[in-house]
Amino acid sequence: MVMAETNVVRADGIFQPVLPKGDVVDMAKKRREPDAEKAKFACRDVRVFYGASEALHGIDMEIANSGVTALIGPSGCGKSTFLRVFNRMNDTIPNARVTGDILMDGEDIYGKKVDPVLLRARVGMVFQKPNPFPKSIYDNVAYGPRIHGLAVSNSELDYIVEKSLKRAGLWDEVKDRLKESGTGLSGGQQQRLVIARAIAVSPEVILMDEPASALDPIATAKLEELIDELKEKYCILIVTHSMAQAARVSQRTAFFHLGDLVEYDDTQSIFTNPKDQRTQDYITGRTG
Amino acid sequence: MSAFESIHQSDRAVKRMTRRRGQELRFRLFGLGAVIAAMVVLAWLTISLVGTGYTAFYQHHMTLEVFLDEAVLDPTGERNAENLRKANFRKIIQEAIYARFPEVSERRQKSALFKIVSASGATNQVRQMAYANPALVGRTLTLSVPTSDDVDQLLKGYIDRDAPEKRRKISNQQIVWVDALKATGEIKSQFNWTFFTGVDSRDPELAGIAGAVVGSLMALAVAFVVSVPAGVGAAVYLEEFAPQNRFTDFIEININNLAAVPSIVFGLLGLAVFLNFFGMPRSAPLVGGLVLALMTLPTVIIATRAALRSVSPSIIDGALSLGASHTQAVFHHKVPLAAPGILTGSIIGMAQALGETAPLLMIGMVAFVTEIPSGLTEPASALPVQIFLWSDSAERAWAERTSAAIIVLLMVLVTMNALAIFLRTRLERRW
Repeated sequence: MVMAETNVVRADGIFQPVLPKGDVVDMAKKRREPDAEKAKFACRDVRVFYGASEALHGIDMEIANSGVTALIGPSGCGKSTFLRVFNRMNDTIPNARVTGDILMDGEDIYGKKVDPVLLRARVGMVFQKPNPFPKSIYDNVAYGPRIHGLAVSNSELDYIVEKSLKRAGLWDEVKDRLKESGTGLSGGQQQRLVIARAIAVSPEVILMDEPASALDPIATAKLEELIDELKEKYCILIVTHSMAQAARVSQRTAFFHLGDLVEYDDTQSIFTNPKDQRTQDYITGRTG
Repeated sequence: MSAFESIHQSDRAVKRMTRRRGQELRFRLFGLGAVIAAMVVLAWLTISLVGTGYTAFYQHHMTLEVFLDEAVLDPTGERNAENLRKANFRKIIQEAIYARFPEVSERRQKSALFKIVSASGATNQVRQMAYANPALVGRTLTLSVPTSDDVDQLLKGYIDRDAPEKRRKISNQQIVWVDALKATGEIKSQFNWTFFTGVDSRDPELAGIAGAVVGSLMALAVAFVVSVPAGVGAAVYLEEFAPQNRFTDFIEININNLAAVPSIVFGLLGLAVFLNFFGMPRSAPLVGGLVLALMTLPTVIIATRAALRSVSPSIIDGALSLGASHTQAVFHHKVPLAAPGILTGSIIGMAQALGETAPLLMIGMVAFVTEIPSGLTEPASALPVQIFLWSDSAERAWAERTSAAIIVLLMVLVTMNALAIFLRTRLERRW
């Protein structure tokens, strides 16, 4: 890697990387901490239709600017559908239709001027099944910056890749085999690679659709640790089947049932003092 | 007896189980039988082809002392190349073989003697040598000239020596001469290079497949250049970008049906469109290639669409979620991942085109072409057409050459398919 040659280790042993010039580095310096007070997303009467059937029946919800918001609920309750509203991935499904307002920083993301391609650069996504590209680890992470033209030089691209992998907690495991295929990693490593890939585009929001459902408990623990770190910098929405996971990683939890938002509150309140009977039944394991 | 009765342990349950096992066993046996039958037929085909074809790979040649008589070839002494080309080399060969058997004097006997060597083969060989080097005139050369196809067939054991003389193409006297020459080593068998380097000929002993192979390769190159980019492009567009409506459904149905259209119809289309309407040259590899391209287009399109469809949608979701546009997702991920399948489909389509005869007949590639084509618009034949032509010829010697040409064609096809498999596994391993 080019970076390794230009980095300096100071006499007192502190590693001091030489930062390449370019947009990403400039932006990273300037990047302001998210304003926790303001909502990132505001949803009003969001309905999603698959053909004639309505999957979501008018959701009103605000998503906080920082921290982790968990969406829980039984299978088929519409939580994944709701998640895919935020990066307009529902657009790729034929016959799917979204109505209502979804405002991101006050701007309607379904507005006519909004390009879903750019929106998806701002709102990253991690899927249920790890889906690294069948390319090298380096190319996986570099793909997003490349298509958006974020790096002006190879050294800047190296820098982005390294930083993203470090932030995803994968760097130490893969730094010596960046040229090897991303599909050769273990499931947990693949999922962290996919997160690094999403981070590399410098998104503001990361959507996670049951990211740990294909992982073993140890990989899940690592992933949850990572989510905990990432929540400082990104607005994270996570769909999960595991209530324990929602309790561990999220600050706010929304309970969905049959296409309705039943209850939305601080995670602690939801799990200790649910107001709705359906929520109580679900979290105590009586339904679901 | 067990402690409690289960319905899975009763006598009727045992019967049900026996029946089920029997059905499964029968199915497996049918499968095995089908495989064995296919192997037997394949072995049969191979044995019969190789059995009749291998003899075409060697050929009998006769060593002759040829005196290039100046009095016959160049009475004026000018050594003019043009005159030499027209000179009577037939007489030179005749004299050479008469000199070998001085005891033969009767005219009909002499004529029979001359028929031991390939009349035009030996004559042309000497003519070309003298034309290339006029200084040879007046000298005596020791040459190896091809024997006639009848002598060759006799020595290969295809002519029954015990049959009545009138029913074979070679007389008792000729057999005596040939056996004598064979015994002295003057007639020897050698590897039949002519078969690989020669072009089509009226004389089996001089015929080769080089012209047809070159014609086939040219047509195939044209077909590849036209049908693969067009087919892959059409498939990518139809699969990824075309709107889904009745019109595209109609196109899709037509493409699928096109794959089942008899190939001779494509030949008729080529005749009507390329030859009659556009006025392209007859018998040309260019037109042959275009017709074959039309014929393989549906195969390439169908294979490409199947390959595109088999790419995991999760990869595309991943690309889209990073902010790749649909076009980028398709060209950065879907097409590269489908490449092994596309490649396999294309090569198999090409192999299919290589073996195709019927459409080429319609556009005149069935012509008797005695030169290796030098360009895409020159008259040419193709290997399967050559096989078709030879299989129709009367002389016994064509049979072995037909089989040998089929062996060559099959080997090329097997090689192409092996290449397809190799490339597919090779490319897939990278991912």
